[in-house]
Amino acid sequence: MMPIEDVLPEITVLVTAVAIVLLASFLPRRLQWVNAPVALAGLATATLLLLPQVNGEARATFSDTYALDMASIGGRLLILFATAVTVLLSPRWFATDQRHGEFYAMLLFSALGAMVLAGALDLLFVLIGVLLSSATGYVLAAYHRDWALSLEAGMKYFLVGALANTALALGATFLIGMLGGPGFGEMAAALSAGRASPLLLVGLGLVTIGMAYKLGAAPAHAWLPDVAEGAPAPSAAFLTVVPKIGAAIALARLVSLFPETDFAIRSLIAALAVITMTLGNLAALWQDDMRRMLGWSSVSQAGYLLMAVTVTSLTDHAIPALVTFLFGYAAANLTAFAAITHLRGRTDRGNYGGLLKTAPLPAIALIVAFLSLVGIPPLGGFVGKLELFLATIDGGYVWLAIAALVNTVVSLAYYLRFVTPMVLGPPSENVFQLGSWSRVATTVALVATIAIGLFGQLILGPVTGSVFLPT
Amino acid sequence: MLTLSILIPLLASLGLFGWSNVTKEKARLVALGASTLSFLCLIIVWIGFDTGSEAPAFQSVAEVGWIDALGVAWRVGVDGMSLAVSLMSGLLFLCSIAWPAETKGRARQYYGWFLFLQGVSLGLFLSLDLLVFYVFFDLTLVGMYFLIGRWGHDQAEYAALKFFVYTLAGSLAILLAILGLVLANGTLTFDIRELIAVQPLGGTDLRSSLILFGFLVGFAIKTPLVPFHTWLPLAHVEAPGPASAVLAGVLLKMGTYGMVRIPFQMMRETFAAYAFPLAIVALVAILWGSLVALAQTNLKRRIAYTSVNHMGYTVLGIAAAGAMIGSESVRTLALSGAVTEMVAHGLITGALFLIAGSFYTRAGTYDLSRFGGLARLTPLLMVAYFLAAFASFGLPGLAGFVAEFQIFAGSFGVYPIVAAIGLLGLVITAALFLMMGQTIFFGETKPEIAAIKDLKPAEIWPLAVLLVLVVLIGIAPGWLLDLIQTGSAFAPFKTGGGPQ
Repeated sequence: MMPIEDVLPEITVLVTAVAIVLLASFLPRRLQWVNAPVALAGLATATLLLLPQVNGEARATFSDTYALDMASIGGRLLILFATAVTVLLSPRWFATDQRHGEFYAMLLFSALGAMVLAGALDLLFVLIGVLLSSATGYVLAAYHRDWALSLEAGMKYFLVGALANTALALGATFLIGMLGGPGFGEMAAALSAGRASPLLLVGLGLVTIGMAYKLGAAPAHAWLPDVAEGAPAPSAAFLTVVPKIGAAIALARLVSLFPETDFAIRSLIAALAVITMTLGNLAALWQDDMRRMLGWSSVSQAGYLLMAVTVTSLTDHAIPALVTFLFGYAAANLTAFAAITHLRGRTDRGNYGGLLKTAPLPAIALIVAFLSLVGIPPLGGFVGKLELFLATIDGGYVWLAIAALVNTVVSLAYYLRFVTPMVLGPPSENVFQLGSWSRVATTVALVATIAIGLFGQLILGPVTGSVFLPT
Repeated sequence: MLTLSILIPLLASLGLFGWSNVTKEKARLVALGASTLSFLCLIIVWIGFDTGSEAPAFQSVAEVGWIDALGVAWRVGVDGMSLAVSLMSGLLFLCSIAWPAETKGRARQYYGWFLFLQGVSLGLFLSLDLLVFYVFFDLTLVGMYFLIGRWGHDQAEYAALKFFVYTLAGSLAILLAILGLVLANGTLTFDIRELIAVQPLGGTDLRSSLILFGFLVGFAIKTPLVPFHTWLPLAHVEAPGPASAVLAGVLLKMGTYGMVRIPFQMMRETFAAYAFPLAIVALVAILWGSLVALAQTNLKRRIAYTSVNHMGYTVLGIAAAGAMIGSESVRTLALSGAVTEMVAHGLITGALFLIAGSFYTRAGTYDLSRFGGLARLTPLLMVAYFLAAFASFGLPGLAGFVAEFQIFAGSFGVYPIVAAIGLLGLVITAALFLMMGQTIFFGETKPEIAAIKDLKPAEIWPLAVLLVLVVLIGIAPGWLLDLIQTGSAFAPFKTGGGPQ
């Protein structure tokens, strides 16, 4: 008897997605938006089905291939939330696209891929999650079929993705071959008994590249700025947030399998972290395009995220740091992209002059989102960064924390470059806004950004001291 | 009650931000009311404050849980030091808000940010939780960034950006040091009282030294000490007068207050080991600040650099107090002087910057060469200026003297040579204030400023309140010193034995 009830949330998302595909092909053009409420209902149901797992004990299900621990549950809840915000952004944005009903199905399939990643306890399962999330991601990025920038974004996403996914598959083959099986449990057992071998390390490196692609981290980060700039704004909101959640948890789980000594994996990840955050920040400094700047900032945030991965199983704070940082980052980034969507994709820095006066809600949302991304208290990003610093120092990587500190100061500069014209600049021409769907989305994300900071205990409490499967 | 004094201005500022189309007068009234209420709360705490020798380390303590998983809670309480500094801050905010400011048509936001800044500043001084302390520390940057950026002069954007980036670097250094200190403690808690009692780190090993270094660099940027002071003159010159007053009077104190509260109190042994280098840095700040001030031709830059000089005195006092050499009474004297200097400098420099603001609203410039012969035109302004200037360079009978006398008397007992060289700073500041006064008020009246009017009533009373206090502290310092020397910061400490 299969424990079907353990994956009811995933099944709900899947069924909703299939229903939307069918619905979208029968609904007339003017009713395509109906798919949005359907998607929302599906996501809400999945959330309701997922919530009871919070109280349960951490355990593995389906023959130890799927984890129901706090990291997985927190990650999946966050994925559902982020997807819901994206759904809210879409109806008006795609109003002129006669086939946009299928967009929601793609979103849900992609979210499903990320959820699988967050729970996977098996290397093959990780592979399936990555592929599902990538294949749908290409479509999401290139959804504006007649617009060159969007197609370019989709193309770049696809090319980098094809390379990275091949690396992942190859690496997984090496790992499975060297360790005797794809299950994380068996891998951990084989690793603690055996020693490092070159093939094993090559495999691990290749898998890391594959995950770095989903995270938007070096060396497979090149797609992120283009997607942030060229993809439809709701897709950009989704693609800069949701795949990262699943990938970060999966990578952390993988790293936790390796003993502290003998394997250079933690130093490798730490190096990637520093490279990623520095690269992202330096590149963001020169951007005059809001969305491109956010893309690079998203790269640098992936670098911070890798800090938590580095110290996985070295300190009790690693999992809380990972999860809270993900919450803070997701909320803030969604807020920023929601505001941009609400402003109809306005992206040139010169066009943001005096926005605080002409369009207060999106302006405030952007400012709060930026401050949260910097880590200014008491916003969500602060709690995440605080935990992150705490974990990194406690895990013995003080230099990593100092590198992150320097990077944070740099990042403030480019965020303020966009805040200053909004607050001080002369108002520009008329500001067009997208109507109530995106206004609701912006408000929801904004409130979440602030609430995660003020009520950090609600996230930190359950996550602190939780078990990370497989133990 | 302490929580109220923090929350009232914060809520009022939220209210102002949300309350559209309110007139300037109404916004100002709301701001004045909230600021006064908050100050009254502090007065009530002061009235109930026990200055006896049996007084507990912290009084009026309140605690509400926040992030239990990290040992973070909303904890407030005062000892003599924090109460004295908060009272000064509350008063200075009240006077700065009352000051008739040029709000550039955005009165609601201007007063809103001022109230926000008051709330978070008081929160910082009153907090007994390190993380909450840090939260407020960071929030002051946000508040000040917007005040300078939106209501500053020509180069305001650049000045605000530099201020924010510089001081964020400092505050992040402090955050890392805080985390290091908290992790060194066995149990995860950010409770200031417990950390003082436990003294999680001692000695001069690499970890303790690095953490101490993080704190000192972070607070030195805020204070600011040479060589971390370059953001200060720019921020001051560009900020509007009242914001400058608050920046110098309240925000700079956060550096020295933090220095006493955290490294000095929580890592006594490590601090003692590095007290001498700190004293040398303070000495450099004293001399550098006064010499560079002497060379300035911009009124506000000059006052700004004297702040560097005065905060140097304060840090010298703290360093002398933290060194575990010399007699107990001498070190108490030095610390008491340092805290008195925080209060005195807040009042005096607050007044000086408000006066500088008056010059700007009248003449539209801070350039000293444009002024001259104002004595006949603005006698009241002259009296106020000279009173504040005399107090600033430590004329006996005024507040600056009480502070500086204690600092130097104390440091002579610990670091005689450093203190002797530091005295030079007093001479130079005296010279520069007198010369500046001469340029502005004596000599020929320049034709382009001949139409300048004297102080308006709305400018007189905030200045009068500040200056009367300066005189009062100068003549009868006893009540202030008793207040300051009560409680945690002045609790005796013995090597190895922890606080008694």
